[in-house]
Amino acid sequence: MLEFRDRRVAEFAGQLLVASVQDAIDSGLVPDPGDPTASRNRLQSATLLDAIARHGFDACIGGARRDEDKARAKERVLSFRDEFGQWDPRRQRPEVWQLYNGWVRAGEHVRAFPLSDWTELDVWRYVEREGLELPSLYFSHRRLVVEREAMLMAVGPFTPARPGEVPVEAAVRYRTVGDMTCTGAVASEAATVAEVIAEVATSRLTERGATRADDRFSEAAMEDRKREGYF
Amino acid sequence: MTAIQTGPASQTGPGIPAPPAATALLRLATAGSVDDGKSTLIGRLLHDSSALFDDQLEAVAASSARRGHEGIDLSLFTDGLRAEREQGITIDVAYRYFATPRRTFVIADTPGHAQYTRNMVTGASTADLAVILVDVQGGLTEQSRRHACVASLLGIRQVVLAVNKMDLVGFSENAFDAVVDAFLGFAAGLELDSVTPIPISALLGDNVVEPSAAMAWYGGPTLLGHLERAPVGRSAAVATGARLPVQWVHRPAPGQPRGARAYSGTLAGGVLRPGDEVVVLPSGTRTTVAALETFDGPLAEAVPPLSVTVRLADDLDVGRGDLLASAADPATVTREFEAVACWLDERPARPGGRYLLKHTTRTTRAVLREVVHAVDVNSLVAAPAGTLAANDLGRMRLATADALAVDSYAANRVTGSFILIDEATHATVAAGMVSP
Repeated sequence: MLEFRDRRVAEFAGQLLVASVQDAIDSGLVPDPGDPTASRNRLQSATLLDAIARHGFDACIGGARRDEDKARAKERVLSFRDEFGQWDPRRQRPEVWQLYNGWVRAGEHVRAFPLSDWTELDVWRYVEREGLELPSLYFSHRRLVVEREAMLMAVGPFTPARPGEVPVEAAVRYRTVGDMTCTGAVASEAATVAEVIAEVATSRLTERGATRADDRFSEAAMEDRKREGYF
Repeated sequence: MTAIQTGPASQTGPGIPAPPAATALLRLATAGSVDDGKSTLIGRLLHDSSALFDDQLEAVAASSARRGHEGIDLSLFTDGLRAEREQGITIDVAYRYFATPRRTFVIADTPGHAQYTRNMVTGASTADLAVILVDVQGGLTEQSRRHACVASLLGIRQVVLAVNKMDLVGFSENAFDAVVDAFLGFAAGLELDSVTPIPISALLGDNVVEPSAAMAWYGGPTLLGHLERAPVGRSAAVATGARLPVQWVHRPAPGQPRGARAYSGTLAGGVLRPGDEVVVLPSGTRTTVAALETFDGPLAEAVPPLSVTVRLADDLDVGRGDLLASAADPATVTREFEAVACWLDERPARPGGRYLLKHTTRTTRAVLREVVHAVDVNSLVAAPAGTLAANDLGRMRLATADALAVDSYAANRVTGSFILIDEATHATVAAGMVSP
């Protein structure tokens, strides 16, 4: 994943700025969770907001889609964040036609979600049509996993098997790529884009429901994190 | 204070990329209140068209059981934010997605209660078709009339009148006819091309996806059947000649001649072909299209809503916010015009006040000269008014610092629409439609 990222950066001759949760922990910006295997998902928001403030970004582009979650179903294409980085669903700017209001004052920013109206299947069909290259994690590969709450969680140094869990090697792929401690893989033999499309088209589980432990904390897990500034 | 350019810096060009069209896309707005069974209808539509996933079904089944509901409460599929669950209301437009083998659908689900006009305007602004839901027991209400008025005003020409809760009136044809007659009588005064009345029971599923066995007297399509066949696209968008608001200027690389500049934007009207004579507005300079391109190479023809890059025959001064228009059928260049607007902000309109006005890809300063009159949202009849409060509709006169190239909203939804932005708070305070 990181190798893929760095290669793309080199191709575009762009400047890569990295904000990492580990750096945020080391600098004391966010509390050290202590247990290295604990999920760092919630620490991402503070890390992200700090980076946005430090670099003075007016806008951040994300790949979130409205079909992912009920809180995201109410998200704007161009979504205002106040100086605390908060999303306030009651005070969103009305978004009429395609006239997006991107005006912000110093300290405020907008999140831009150009793929708002796409579905997971739309994304894969686009990848196929345009012949886009993707990181290998999105395709079937062999990996040591344990089954936990109906998700396949990778086993590794930061994500050890828990007592009673038996790691098995399985053919899996990821539908979303995120924090390993809370992002599950799905059993899959789909090794090509066409095979992934066939799989997604017949899937009976939503992308986040199938693979994201962080969305399962409560009925409003995504809403709560979005309010805090999560992407 | 900074403005974010929403245009991209890439070579491929502008705007929000259109989802790949394996099947045609229909955008619809649904209007009605919780009491009319709107949430249940959308839940039924998603459920019966197999658009719901197992984990969503499980979550709603668990939620239904927790709330003491027998079986699955279909309305919970459109359940949104915590505040909405707590108060039993819907506070904002939500977007839903589903597809059938025939077509892809985007539903703008607009709440019937709080901020109704603002939400309805938002949902209707991008819709091809409106589904207006009426409870057959209550008949046509003020709210139904309001929804029809807003849909008509926003340029939606196709309306489905979904007469719900037919199971509660014994599936009576007479009860259905009474609602339909009342609606058609009212709608005759609106600019609608088609009204399709369908008797349904969202709760039981009659005529939503599956035809009703209980209403043999009804010979029309089911709701989904109609949505799969309804014409896509807004006829208003092509009622003008070519319109290309310039979103991005590609500067020539060092060493290349100045004439190597190219202009990207999303085509908002008409057809554009190499050789076409165009006029750059507001300056009025004429030239011809030398070439049309996308990332994939040259094009012989571009139609809305394609994002395209244009090369012109002459080296002109063209910038973001300018409009390339058909020379034979150009837009109107003006610094002062009238418009019908929906006021969106809690602070009322300030006649004489200054605002930012965003029209296509240009933002300029504007003065709200006066509120000409208010428009009754339940009848579209004009009434005297000095200002407009939140959720009010009215006709206003505006003057702008920069000249704008506009069409009437009835002729073109893109070059005929604008928003007003408060200079201090940056809130979007009004959605406006240019009057003929």
